[in-house]
Amino acid sequence: MSTLEIRDLHVAVGDKEILRGVNLTVSAGETHAIMGPNGSGKSTLAYAVAGHPKYTITSGSVLLDGEDLLAMSVDERARAGLFLAMQYPVEVPGVSVSNFLRSAVTAVRGEAPKLRDFARDLKNGMDALSIDSAFAQRNTNEGFSGGEKKRHEILQLELLKPKIAVLDETDSGLDVDALRVVSEGINRFRASGDTGVLLITHYTRILRYVQPDFVHVFAGGRIVEEGGPELADKLEDEGYEAYVKASA
Amino acid sequence: MGLETMPVSKLHAESSYDPADFPVPTGREEEWRFTPLSRLKGLHDGTAAPTGNVVIDVDAAPEVTVETVGRDDARIGQAYVPADRVSAQAYASFEKATIITVPRETVASRPTVVNVRGLAEGAGHGAAFGHILVKVEPMAQAVLVLDHTGGAVYADNVEFAIGEGATLKVVSLQDWADGAVHVSHHHAQLGKDATFRSFVVTLGGDLVRLSPSVSYSAPGGDADLTGLYFVDAGQHLEHRLWVDHAVPNCRSNVTYKGALQGEGAHAVWIGDVIIRAEAEGTDTYELNRNLLLTDGARADSVPNLEILTGEVAGAGHASASGRLDDEHIFYLQARGIPYDEARRLVVHGFFAQLLEKIEVEEIRERVLSAVEAELAR
Repeated sequence: MSTLEIRDLHVAVGDKEILRGVNLTVSAGETHAIMGPNGSGKSTLAYAVAGHPKYTITSGSVLLDGEDLLAMSVDERARAGLFLAMQYPVEVPGVSVSNFLRSAVTAVRGEAPKLRDFARDLKNGMDALSIDSAFAQRNTNEGFSGGEKKRHEILQLELLKPKIAVLDETDSGLDVDALRVVSEGINRFRASGDTGVLLITHYTRILRYVQPDFVHVFAGGRIVEEGGPELADKLEDEGYEAYVKASA
Repeated sequence: MGLETMPVSKLHAESSYDPADFPVPTGREEEWRFTPLSRLKGLHDGTAAPTGNVVIDVDAAPEVTVETVGRDDARIGQAYVPADRVSAQAYASFEKATIITVPRETVASRPTVVNVRGLAEGAGHGAAFGHILVKVEPMAQAVLVLDHTGGAVYADNVEFAIGEGATLKVVSLQDWADGAVHVSHHHAQLGKDATFRSFVVTLGGDLVRLSPSVSYSAPGGDADLTGLYFVDAGQHLEHRLWVDHAVPNCRSNVTYKGALQGEGAHAVWIGDVIIRAEAEGTDTYELNRNLLLTDGARADSVPNLEILTGEVAGAGHASASGRLDDEHIFYLQARGIPYDEARRLVVHGFFAQLLEKIEVEEIRERVLSAVEAELAR
């Protein structure tokens, strides 16, 4: 059973401290929602754990199954079983979706998939997310709509089968149909019970499709309240105002 | 980047068959300021001894005729008058010229390959001079490959005379050995409704300075000039494009892309385009992109578009030089792809659209594997 342990994590961008002591444990079979206002540091947590060079870890630790993630390069973290679905997936000119995905699957599995198996998995994955098969030949994320980019992130999630998935505002900018399709993808991914999900969101909307086991409220660069799914309902009614004031 | 250049019309005013009509460059001239003259081995000042050895052999399509002729052949120099000192030196110094003719209304059944091989190994060899004329007669169609390999100090002129309604597609590969010096002019003269496709690939040599130019003798000409270069440590690879729109309703499109890596890697791209007063209805676009893969590499990129008529169909240019995008690399690495592989994918992506334009399969494969080899360095 996999576990992601974040201990007293402090993260800065330049001289500015963004995260001020985050503690969180996500185990396989669990879905955690992190909710919070804009600018509270939710996305910083996601990118820092994934290893984006813009963020400096000033103290604390992040362990995946006891292994020190912070000592690993970005690609080593991914191969260790961490996945980050990005809020703003990057356009990579000239690199086709199928070429990109085959390279990623090869890297994560440690061997190239059989071409026929890969083609089948890709087609099934795309069908399940209502992605037109023509997208396989398009350049990665280039010219994709917001919804298409998010579906493409979930397609990667399903193909790469990580141990722990961090989903950074995957729901933002999606219409109701796209939200449903994307949520179904997340639910397929977590159905096995041996993967953990950390769902970062501003809104409670996605939590009606992807039921969390735990809800954490993020404000001022740390977790300020924790609870079960009922906490999301409270946030829906009352908003973040009380937390923002308390952390200011 | 230096945009402080003279008007395009003034830059290309001089032309002559006689090197004495051009002063010896000092390096301060607009057309020579980027070129390290000390590495030209005397090609620019008349001190290069003509004792080098470059052999040309042609593997021609059966429909195409190939002749080796002397200096006095009247067909030579019709389409092109040398435009600078080295070009005029090459014109004054070549002993034999190669003339390739695609007869009227003939469609060549396969590419014609011109192998230009330098036989110099190591230093101490003299210079060689060459001249090639490719005549594509009206309504004919052909594909030509110019394949430059080996070691040489070589200056040459290549004339493409493309007749009415004819199509010529050229791939020119500068795949020289280390230390080679090549200064070359490629001039295409397009007849009425003629089509010209040029694909230049420059990879090898100490110094390569290639000047592709296009002129139109009648309306309807369509020129597409594409280039790909990969500059390694210490290499100077320079491409000087010059498109002269002097007749109405012609089209030109220039797309050059290069990657650079290593200390002292230097790319120069000059894109001069003029739309003269008579050239109404011109449609032109030029683009240069440079991808700097390491510190210590330098790209100079100077697009220069001069428009002397108010009636154009389209005119534009773009130039950008930048590093590998950290966000591209992060995204790929975040999917488990190791850094080197991520870099390879991004550079391939940078060149992908260009490579698709190479219609000759073997050449495309060769360029692809050459790019692979460069990245593996």
